[in-house]
Amino acid sequence: MILAVASGKGGTGKTTVSVNLARALGREIQLLDCDVEEPNAHLFLHGKPLGSEPVTVPIPLVDESLCDGCGECGMFCQYHAIVCLGAKPLLFAEMCHGCGGCALVCPKQAIGETERRIGVVETLRAQNVTLVQGRLDVGVATAPPLIRAVKARIRAGAPAILDAPPGTSCPVVATIKGSDFVALVTEPTAFGLHDLRLAVETVRETAIPFGVIVNRMGVGDRRVHDYCRGLGIPILLEIPDDRRIAETYSMGHLVVDVLPEYGSLFRGLWDEITQRVERPA
Amino acid sequence: MQELVVISGKGGTGKTSLTASFAVLAGNAVVADCDVDAADLHLILAPSVTMRHEFFSGREAIIREEACNGCGVCSSVCRFDAVRVGGGAAGAPGFTIDPLSCEGCGVCVRFCPEGAIEFPVRLCGEWMVSETRCGPMVHARLGAAAENSGKLVSTVRREARRIAEESHRPLVIVDGPPGIGCPVIASVTGSTLVLVVTEPTVSGEHDLDRVLSLTRHFQIPTAVCVNKWDLNAEMAGRIEESARRAGARVAGRVRYDRAVTLAQMQERTAVETGAPSTVDIRMVWKNLGMQEGSSPALTPARNRQIMASYD
Repeated sequence: MILAVASGKGGTGKTTVSVNLARALGREIQLLDCDVEEPNAHLFLHGKPLGSEPVTVPIPLVDESLCDGCGECGMFCQYHAIVCLGAKPLLFAEMCHGCGGCALVCPKQAIGETERRIGVVETLRAQNVTLVQGRLDVGVATAPPLIRAVKARIRAGAPAILDAPPGTSCPVVATIKGSDFVALVTEPTAFGLHDLRLAVETVRETAIPFGVIVNRMGVGDRRVHDYCRGLGIPILLEIPDDRRIAETYSMGHLVVDVLPEYGSLFRGLWDEITQRVERPA
Repeated sequence: MQELVVISGKGGTGKTSLTASFAVLAGNAVVADCDVDAADLHLILAPSVTMRHEFFSGREAIIREEACNGCGVCSSVCRFDAVRVGGGAAGAPGFTIDPLSCEGCGVCVRFCPEGAIEFPVRLCGEWMVSETRCGPMVHARLGAAAENSGKLVSTVRREARRIAEESHRPLVIVDGPPGIGCPVIASVTGSTLVLVVTEPTVSGEHDLDRVLSLTRHFQIPTAVCVNKWDLNAEMAGRIEESARRAGARVAGRVRYDRAVTLAQMQERTAVETGAPSTVDIRMVWKNLGMQEGSSPALTPARNRQIMASYD
């Protein structure tokens, strides 16, 4: 099973849920940290590094000896990544999506390809958890290709938890696509509800079944519950607004290690989700 | 004209709550909500929309079912795994394009032997110009699962700066997105001052480090403020030290304050409700070199001088 843990609003508790769930299950599990802009899971799992690989994306490489400055490449490119001003093409690598179109349309076949590094994928081992995380190079704009590289390392034979980035746009979609279930973590506040609605819209575009986890129960009101009930969205788990959780988290410890009574909460969450995936309503 | 951009690295540290209070303290700023993926500032500032604009960006490929002969060239040239089996002219299997995967590159459109693929511009969201009790506000909504958030961010900022110039307001305050990717880059490039709001946690510390690398990369003067500092005073101190080592200035600390959430639920800013953290927020505002209530007449040179003088 592949479970994605996402949210609309940042800071609701995606990583807290992901790492504690992985540890509480106590069995062989893969955790993929897809928040490649700010990966945090490793701060809690203290894994032994097993390997690190650079990840690249293809960008055009113009052979100027063959180029006649016709400008076809620049006219074709939808991203203004290759531009022809006067004679030779100028490349803006950070705008390039790697579609290969310029190379295909060049009448002189003057465009080849080279690689541009965007980040790394690191693998670590922490007790029962294999942690795979992506780390985007600072200054690189686009996360989805690195997220896809992280997800390419999902192996059959053990369940996988994907810790998604916050938001509702392309990095989140790249993370949750292909999962069996999405758990949306929210808080019972105005911001929490507003962003949850946006996240629900995004998940609905993917047609993946989903449910909601309400974290920091008691800090706001019942608006999130009313919303979920109104739309028939299952609330999978409620986590109390326990200051001990905040302090444990702040120091980089696992809640289930410091407050073992929370272990059954997370195991219960897993059972709830597994049942929903195996027996869809 | 000054442009203060509030970012965080880590999500949920309190950017929007603080920005809303800053908008009230400033008295005469233009406010821009650049967290276009999950915009929340309007929930506190209650804007009355005066103008809406559709945001078109990029294109998407759509196969005309009746014209598709199922040859599969589209599938062989697509680098984004966006072509699916499905549709097709009566009797024959064809292909369709998954709009979530399509990146609008146009390669399949160009190479389809039947010319069966449409390539319309894509409506990605909308942006709005509004009035609030704090002054003009520019904000936006990106459509669910959309791309090009960086471009929408740039549009919002450009509009906010235009309004500031035309109305002779010397300050734009930007509520930025989390992370360090394209919407954040689009939020900070060319700004005069970045404030990073962080929290006293290992995650906050880790993410701050990356965000400071980003602002260093773009050479933007950067200040840091630890929100909810008393959840872990030792960590707060450590983060402030590491911020200074990284070349940022410490603009102050804001205490953990449940009244901030209560204010949010009442659609008010913390400073408007007299929340206990108000004194901390006003200190941060002052440390940023800003004045309250009247137009801060700060030139970039004076701003640099102030940054160099405190802490």
